Amino acid sequence: MLNTVWLVPALPLAGFLLLVLFGRRLAEPKAGWLAATMCGLSFFVTLLVFLDMVSKTAEERSHVVRVFSWIPVGSLQVDLAFLADQLSITMALFITGIGTLIHLYAVGYMHGDPKFSKFFIYLNLFVFSMLMLVLGENLLVTFLGWEGVGTCSYFLISFWHTRDSAATAGKKAFVTNRVGDWGFMMAMFLAFGAVGTLSYGTINSAAHGGSISHVTATAIALMLFVGACGKSAQLPLYLWLPDAMEGPTPVSALIHAATMVTAGVFLMTRMNPVIAEAYHWAPTIIAVVGAATALFAATVAVAQNDIKKVLAYSTVSQLGYMFLAVGSGAYVAAIFHMITHAFFKALLFLGSGSVIHGMHHEQDMRKMGALRVLMPVTGFTFIIGWLAIAGVPPFAGFWSKDEILLYVYANNRGLYVVGLVTALLTAFYMTRQVIMVFFGEAKWKDQSEEHGAHGDFVPHESPKIMLLPLVVLAMLSVGGGLLQLPFTKDLHFLEKWLEPIVEHGEAHINGSWAYDNKYILMLVAIAVALSGIALAVGVYGKKKLPAIEPQILANAWNYDRGVSAFMGGPGRQSFEAVAWADAHVIDGAVLGTGSVVRRSSGFIRKIQSGYVRVYAAAIVIGVLAMLAWFMWRGVA
Amino acid sequence: MLATIVPTSTWYLILGAVLFGIGMVGVLIRRNPLIMFMSIELMLNAVNLTFVALSTQLTDINGQTAVFFVLVVAAAEVVVGLGIIVAIMRRRSEISVDDLSVLKG
Repeated sequence: MLNTVWLVPALPLAGFLLLVLFGRRLAEPKAGWLAATMCGLSFFVTLLVFLDMVSKTAEERSHVVRVFSWIPVGSLQVDLAFLADQLSITMALFITGIGTLIHLYAVGYMHGDPKFSKFFIYLNLFVFSMLMLVLGENLLVTFLGWEGVGTCSYFLISFWHTRDSAATAGKKAFVTNRVGDWGFMMAMFLAFGAVGTLSYGTINSAAHGGSISHVTATAIALMLFVGACGKSAQLPLYLWLPDAMEGPTPVSALIHAATMVTAGVFLMTRMNPVIAEAYHWAPTIIAVVGAATALFAATVAVAQNDIKKVLAYSTVSQLGYMFLAVGSGAYVAAIFHMITHAFFKALLFLGSGSVIHGMHHEQDMRKMGALRVLMPVTGFTFIIGWLAIAGVPPFAGFWSKDEILLYVYANNRGLYVVGLVTALLTAFYMTRQVIMVFFGEAKWKDQSEEHGAHGDFVPHESPKIMLLPLVVLAMLSVGGGLLQLPFTKDLHFLEKWLEPIVEHGEAHINGSWAYDNKYILMLVAIAVALSGIALAVGVYGKKKLPAIEPQILANAWNYDRGVSAFMGGPGRQSFEAVAWADAHVIDGAVLGTGSVVRRSSGFIRKIQSGYVRVYAAAIVIGVLAMLAWFMWRGVA
Repeated sequence: MLATIVPTSTWYLILGAVLFGIGMVGVLIRRNPLIMFMSIELMLNAVNLTFVALSTQLTDINGQTAVFFVLVVAAAEVVVGLGIIVAIMRRRSEISVDDLSVLKG
C-alpha cells in the first residue's frame, strides 16, 4: 500500500486538470462536488497508506517511491520521488482531511459566485501543491510544492481581483513570500554544496553522522528559518497574512489551517538533525523570533474589529508558538500544536465565514452581537473553537499549548513568561471576539437600513453543507488532545509515532524540574487561560472595566505602515538606482561592445573592393611574402 | 648530337614554373572571367607537372596520387565556376570581372 502514495497528490492534480478542461461546462455545483470528491479520495488513499504504515514495524514505515528521474545532470541527480513516513503521512492526513471539509464548505459558501468553478480549480491546485511539499523526498520536490502554494495563495487571495484591496493583498503575499523563498534556495544550495544531494534522508544522516560542519549546519538552519519565516508568517515577514483575509473565507481557512503556513514548521521538523547540528544560538534565535511573533501578534489581535483580522493575527501568534517549540527542541509538541491548531483554526475560520455569510458580508464585529440565538450551530461550534484556542481543558488546544510551555520552561524561563503572557492575551482576545459576535446586544438591528433590500434585516443560519464541516471540526477540536495526553508515557501516541523522525533533534527534558512538576505548570496555564477569559468578560461582557484598545495596536504597532514607508521611500530609490545602473552600466557595457565592433568593421570592410584581381594580387603578394620568409629562415 | 641531350627532371620543373608564372600573370591582368579561368587551370596543371616530375625523380608514388586530387578539385571547380559564369552571361552581354563588384563592402 505504501507504493500508492503517489496517488495522494495525483488525485487533486487530476481534479485540477479535469476542472481546467471541463470546469466551465460543469458549472455550479458539479465543479465543486468534483473538486471535493478528488480531495476526499486523496484523504481516503492517505488513510489507507496510514493504516498500512501502522501495521508495520517502526523501521519499515519510512518508504521512498520514485516516480521518475527529474533532473539528471552530472553529480546533481534529482528524482521526482515521494517519501512516505510518519511525518509526511501525518501532515497529509490533516491536509487532505481538513481540505475536504473546506471544499465541502466552499460549495455552500461560494454559491452564486460567477467564478465558482475557477475557485475550485485553484483550491485543488492548492491542495496538490501542499501535498507535493510534504510528501517530497528531496528539497527540490518540496520547493516545487512550496512555490505552488505561494502561487495558489496569490490566485486565491486576489480571487475577487476587481476589488483593489484584494489585488494588492495577493501581490503582497506573493512578494513577501519571495523573500522567504530566497532563504529556502540558499539553504538548498548550501545543502547541495555540503552533501552533494538534495535528498532528505542523505542530508539528515550526513548531519547526524557529523559530516556537515557546524558552520554549514548553522547556515542551512538559519536560511531554512528565513524561508519558514516567509511561509509561516513570522516576524519580520508576517505582513502578508493579515492582508490575506481579502480572499474568500474558505481560502483563509485553507491557508491558515491545512496548507501554506504549516509548511515552515514542517520543514524545520523535517530537517531537525541539521538544526541539532547547528551552534546552540541558532535554535535560540528561532525560539526568540517565535516568542516575539507570538506576543506581538497577540497584542495586535486585542484591538482588531474585523472578525477575520482577529483570527489572522491569532494564527500568526499561534505559529509563533510553534516556532518557539521548534527552537526549544520540542518538535513533537510543535507538530502536535500544528494539528490541534489546524482543527480549531479551521473551525474558527469556517465559523466566521458562516457568520459573514449570515450577516450578508458584514465583517465588522461592532455591528454584530447576540448571534448565538439566530445561528445556533455556528455559535455552538465557534464557542468550542474558542475554548480550544484559549487553552481550556479538556479541549485540544490546551494539551498542545501545555506541552510547548513545558518544553519552553525547561529550555528558557524568560521565553516561558512570554509564552504565558501570550496565552493570557489569546484567551482575552478570543473571549472578546466571542462576546462581541455571539453575546451582548444585537447591534445589527441598527444596520437594517443599510441592508434595506431585505426589508427587516435578520441574520440567518447557514445551509447544512456549511454546517457539516463545522460540526466535524468541532468534534476534532474537542478530542484532538487524545493524540498526546501528558499523564503517562503510554498516552504519548504522537511522540511514539514520530520518534524515528525527531530522535536526533528532540530535546530531552526527563528529569528536569519542569518535567517532574508538570502538573504545577499545567495549573498555571489553566489559571492564566481562565484569568484571560475572566478579564475579557469583565471588560466586554459585564462592562465593569474600560476597554483598552489603543490605535497603535489596531495598526499593528505601525509596523506595516513603517515597512510601506521604508519600501516606498529609500527602498524605492535604491531600486531605481539599481535599475539605472542596469540600464546604463550593464546594458551600456554590452551595447558599447556591439557598437565598437560595428564601427571598426565599417573601416575594415572597405578593403573588400569587389575586384577579383585585387584579391588575386593580394594572394600572390601573400604567397611571395611567405616564400621569402621561409627561404630567409632556411638560410639563417 | 641530339641524342646526348637527355631531359632531366629539372627541365620539367622549369617548364612547370614558367607555366605557373604565365597562369599567374593571366589571372592578374586579364578581365575576362573565361580567360582567368583558363589561367587558373594552367596554374593547376603546372603544379601537376611539378608533382609528377618530382615523383619520378624521388621515386615516390605520393606525388602522382596528389595529382589525382588536384584533377578532381579542378574538375569540380570548373563545374561551379562555369555555372556561375553562364548565369552571369545570361544577364549581361559583355562581361568583365571588374563590373562584378556589387558584393563589395
